[in-house]
Amino acid sequence: MTVPMFALKLSGVGKTFTMHLQGGIRLPVLRDVTFAAEPGQCIVLAGPSGTGKSSILKLIYGAYRCEAGEILVRHGENLVDVATAEPRRILALRRGVIGYVSQFLRVVPRVPTLAVVAESLERVPARREPARDSVRLEANGASPASTATQFDPGGALLDPAYARAAELLCRLNIPEWLWTLPPATFSGGEQQRVNIARGFLPDLPVLLLDEPTASLDAANRAVVVDLIAEKKQQGAAIIAIVHDEDVRDAIADQVIDVGRFAPTN
Amino acid sequence: MTAALVDDDPPLLVAEGLTKWYGQRLGCRDVSFALYQGEVLAVVGESGSGKSTLLQLLSAQLAPDAGRICYRMRDGVTRDLATLSEAERRFLFRTDWGYVHQDSRLGLRMTVSAGANVGERLMAVGWRHYGRIRASAASWLDRVEIDPDRIDETPGGYSGGMRQRLQIARNLVTDPRLVFMDEPTGGLDVSVQARVLDLLRGIVAELGLAAVIVTHDLAVARLLAHRILVMKGGAVIETGLTDQVLDDPQAPYTQLLVSSILPP
Repeated sequence: MTVPMFALKLSGVGKTFTMHLQGGIRLPVLRDVTFAAEPGQCIVLAGPSGTGKSSILKLIYGAYRCEAGEILVRHGENLVDVATAEPRRILALRRGVIGYVSQFLRVVPRVPTLAVVAESLERVPARREPARDSVRLEANGASPASTATQFDPGGALLDPAYARAAELLCRLNIPEWLWTLPPATFSGGEQQRVNIARGFLPDLPVLLLDEPTASLDAANRAVVVDLIAEKKQQGAAIIAIVHDEDVRDAIADQVIDVGRFAPTN
Repeated sequence: MTAALVDDDPPLLVAEGLTKWYGQRLGCRDVSFALYQGEVLAVVGESGSGKSTLLQLLSAQLAPDAGRICYRMRDGVTRDLATLSEAERRFLFRTDWGYVHQDSRLGLRMTVSAGANVGERLMAVGWRHYGRIRASAASWLDRVEIDPDRIDETPGGYSGGMRQRLQIARNLVTDPRLVFMDEPTGGLDVSVQARVLDLLRGIVAELGLAAVIVTHDLAVARLLAHRILVMKGGAVIETGLTDQVLDDPQAPYTQLLVSSILPP
């Protein structure tokens, strides 16, 4: 008999926000969050908005501070408790263990889409050719923004990280002519797909997905469902928030109603 | 040369109980933290919160009234900065450290050429071959997106953004492990700022630099820093991972700071 090894386990996790600017009122959001995810398993967090689903993902990722309970994440041979780990331990988890697809892409000025995605692989420095013309433009007082992203995707694609990024962007139907542009001006759906590509490119054992299909059409939703299935097959533990019932039915091994972690008043 | 944070490496720099008074007035009080190789720490807070004092203490430009700073030298030996000789401190400053001033005129020599500004740091570490110094300077200009054709111009004729990028090149040419930055994008136009920031972000990650960045701009901290230290009235009131501090601020002052930003 082998006991299944969890990839991630939350026990008794609680979260309360104290709003000092509103007279210090305390907003309890979560109480006694307890569940575990095994490799290859997809857990969908369900419940109406405002029940703390995103907060659970942020607690696991270490973006919110955890005041109560423990959040154990398997990192190789070790178990790391995100609730108490030092910042650099959490950073190491983010590089090697936990991937996170947030609801919105946080765009960095000037970085082309292909680099945004490829940079998610560990130790891939951004590749961009110096925008020589913009130096002169700037000297003339013009904005360098328009020429800031000249880089050579052909050369970059020799790098396996960039080649894989390109492959994923293709699958997610981001047309090639957009790859050299920073995603700042993309539509919501395009940005979300860039964000998904960025989150799905590294092979990480834990993947947190915050409404990855919210603003996608049916064809792209199907691509994301396929990508999630592949990740599960590779043994990733996935915690996802999805409102779309078809997507939920297609990916979930277990649905957890977050309402059960509501603090009792 | 990657940004890998090797888990068992000792810290690069450790500050313990740093305190500085200017007569009766407090500069900063009891500041302690450890900085690891490849880690970028942002120090945020309003004017007068002690950020700049802290930066000057860390870079040994000011002597603390209490506390100490230990630095792991290139030979792997960790030493108390106060025990270094003046010559050793200067050597550290010229080679293993960089210091990017908000006002590029403080960090550059305005009357000599861009190439000499970059080359000077190389000569300080013993480079003598003119051709090689010039080639290295040109390649660094290129790297910070300054047309190497302009290598013989003095920075006086450069725009603010170019001067700031030149200052970055001057600082990084000796392959430092730690860079101090004081409001590196303060006073620049927004579009120019974005460019300097992106450049810094790329270079810091590529070279695996450790950096301490003083800024009052939380967007700069978000973009560049792994960790944030929030200062108020000379003391550190909150510290944590960048997203923890910005997305889940605990201290009343940090909450005020975070909620005071106008979303674009």
